[in-house]
Amino acid sequence: MTTIGRRNDTKPARKLPWIVEFYRSDVAKKWTMAVSGIILLGYIAAHMVGNLKVYLGPESINEYGHALRDLGGHLVPEEHLLWIMRIGLAFAFAIHVHAAYALTRRNLAARGKVRYDAPREYLVANYASRTMRYSGIIVLLFIVFHVSDLTIGTANPEHVSGDIYSNMVASFERVPVAVAYIVANIALGFHIFHGVWSLFQSIGANNETYNKWRRYLAWGFTAVIIGGNLSFPIAVQLGVIS
Amino acid sequence: MDLTLKVWRQDGPGKPGEFKEYEAKGISSEASFLEMLDTVNERLVEAGDVPIEFDHDCREGICGMCGVMINGHPHGDQKGTATCQLHMRKFNDGDRIVIEPWRATGLPVVRDLIVDRSPLDRIIEAGGYISVNTGGAPDANLIPIPKPAAEASMDAAACIGCAACIAACPNSAGQLFTSAKLAHLNLLPQGQPERYKRTAAMVEKMEEFFGSCTNHGECEEACPKSISIDNIALMNRDYMMAKLKDRRKFGQR
Ligand code: SF4
Ligand code: FES
Repeated sequence: MTTIGRRNDTKPARKLPWIVEFYRSDVAKKWTMAVSGIILLGYIAAHMVGNLKVYLGPESINEYGHALRDLGGHLVPEEHLLWIMRIGLAFAFAIHVHAAYALTRRNLAARGKVRYDAPREYLVANYASRTMRYSGIIVLLFIVFHVSDLTIGTANPEHVSGDIYSNMVASFERVPVAVAYIVANIALGFHIFHGVWSLFQSIGANNETYNKWRRYLAWGFTAVIIGGNLSFPIAVQLGVIS
Repeated sequence: MDLTLKVWRQDGPGKPGEFKEYEAKGISSEASFLEMLDTVNERLVEAGDVPIEFDHDCREGICGMCGVMINGHPHGDQKGTATCQLHMRKFNDGDRIVIEPWRATGLPVVRDLIVDRSPLDRIIEAGGYISVNTGGAPDANLIPIPKPAAEASMDAAACIGCAACIAACPNSAGQLFTSAKLAHLNLLPQGQPERYKRTAAMVEKMEEFFGSCTNHGECEEACPKSISIDNIALMNRDYMMAKLKDRRKFGQR
């Protein structure tokens, strides 16, 4: 039935807000993963760089922590801007995990139960790309511990709110924590190594001239971030920071 | 050369299947892979057995019918060719070859090595065409097309719809096929009016059957026509545009 005057071809009737309709598609979920991935990568980079201040001594990093709480200066009440950022980050994280979960389920269903009998040698799919879901789960579990250890402090009996330096030392002095931190960061390394390369493909940022740089960027970004992150527990264990 | 084949046998759709071993003795190294199967089948018929069913048509790498998994490699371990273009000289005397149909929920086995590739037709039906008004055939060079665009479009148009990309994909994703079918139209001036409508329709149809791309790149390696995954990036971009663009302004650049 055609309703005269209704321009069906130009403005399709939408049942739900377009973003919800959009998110139903798998390609859109990959977009969502890429965009939330960019936000998370930005956070990881800032987190690593900020933590480097630990090498400048307790005052430097504690002051940095205070500055984060005081973002916005006299314009907004203390911690408000930080909380907005935290909520934004948590949202990006949640949607990244949800899209990954939904896509994994779809993919397992699409693959079906029957596997190839001959061993499949993957030609170009690398270890990182095939273990995204596992590295992702390791990182997810680690983050739960990490936040309760160093942000909230429930997992660290010696936690003193605001004294980032001592908290970090107290946390990484425990060998199992240092080891867990190193393992989780290696998993994170694999995850972002594929992620950094892959996100360009998902958002269609594909240009012959720059394509080869995506791999270099993935290597470089991963090396810098993970190198920086791994240096903290190692430095505490070696007594460089105490 | 003497070979041992381990072949998937299945009586019909949804029926249980199993692997059977066959001796293939005295095969010429000049034979193509399909000719080798022909020889084996002739002997099976002579012995009163049911021949191994496999799809084939052109036997020159252009129809896309002949895809099978050979020792875990789609179309065999030779880059850029279909099964029919693979020759027995690539194998060694005494080899054991495992031959399986494509495996994916969207590509159910019809019989033995034949799978139902009709979901690919459904994707094309959803938008893989250009609507034209009837009339006199326009002059071939009436619409100028930049050379690189024409080349890129031709590269994408080389897709023969064999479904090796889906078979090779750890997610059974149909992205390479669909993006190739989109790119060869979306890159040309003639494809512009329906570009975003086509992209949305074909992507959504694809998602009814197949998994989703995690950017492994296995499809590109498996593809007998070496279709590039760059097409997938183009498809992802166009899909977003299809959802964002104000369709009333499609005439504008
Ligand atoms: S993209 Fe390549 S592998 Fe996929 S259907 Fe087309 S020709 Fe076959
Ligand atoms: S038989 Fe036509 S592509 Fe192989």
